[in-house]
Amino acid sequence: MIEYLSGIVLVLGSLFCLVAALGVIRMPDTLTRMHAVTKAGSLGAGLVVLAHALFHQHPGIFLRAVSIIALLLLTAPVAAHIIARASYRSNIPLSERTWVDELNKK
Amino acid sequence: MLSIAIPVAFALLTAAQLLNLYRLLKGPSLLDRILALDTMYIDAIAMFILMGVYFHSAVYFEAALIISVMGFIGTVATSKFLMRGDILE
Repeated sequence: MIEYLSGIVLVLGSLFCLVAALGVIRMPDTLTRMHAVTKAGSLGAGLVVLAHALFHQHPGIFLRAVSIIALLLLTAPVAAHIIARASYRSNIPLSERTWVDELNKK
Repeated sequence: MLSIAIPVAFALLTAAQLLNLYRLLKGPSLLDRILALDTMYIDAIAMFILMGVYFHSAVYFEAALIISVMGFIGTVATSKFLMRGDILE
């Protein structure tokens, strides 16, 4: 039973990683790419780690899995924020379908 | 069940890494390449954990922890360097 559950969670997590990579390919500019990647990517990797912890059911492995998931969830927003900030500051052109840019109002 | 799930998950993660590699090689700006590298290290964590499930081993967790810390530091350092020309202010 637990083997079925961890298999399903494993495939689901890899599917989320693939969705994040599709977002990297398909989205029009850096900010939207960052938006697609930072949520789906960390969710996918977190689900894969959770599947391993479910499969082994050992307290040490569970502790390590929790620490990896916490580290991912703590660092992904910081990395996304600093990438977005650097891309805006260095004047990388936005997508041509952008219709509001509130930082640029002088 | 896991004998089916592990190859499927490996195939999906490999496809994700290849798509990220395409963006890394093509990316119009330097920050797109950094973003692709950021996604690639997160996918690499998932692949390491998957190797751990496949070999019934817990050794890969330490490698995944180190990759997650180092990847985050690399992303922040390169982005800050591109933004200001300096890492520590």
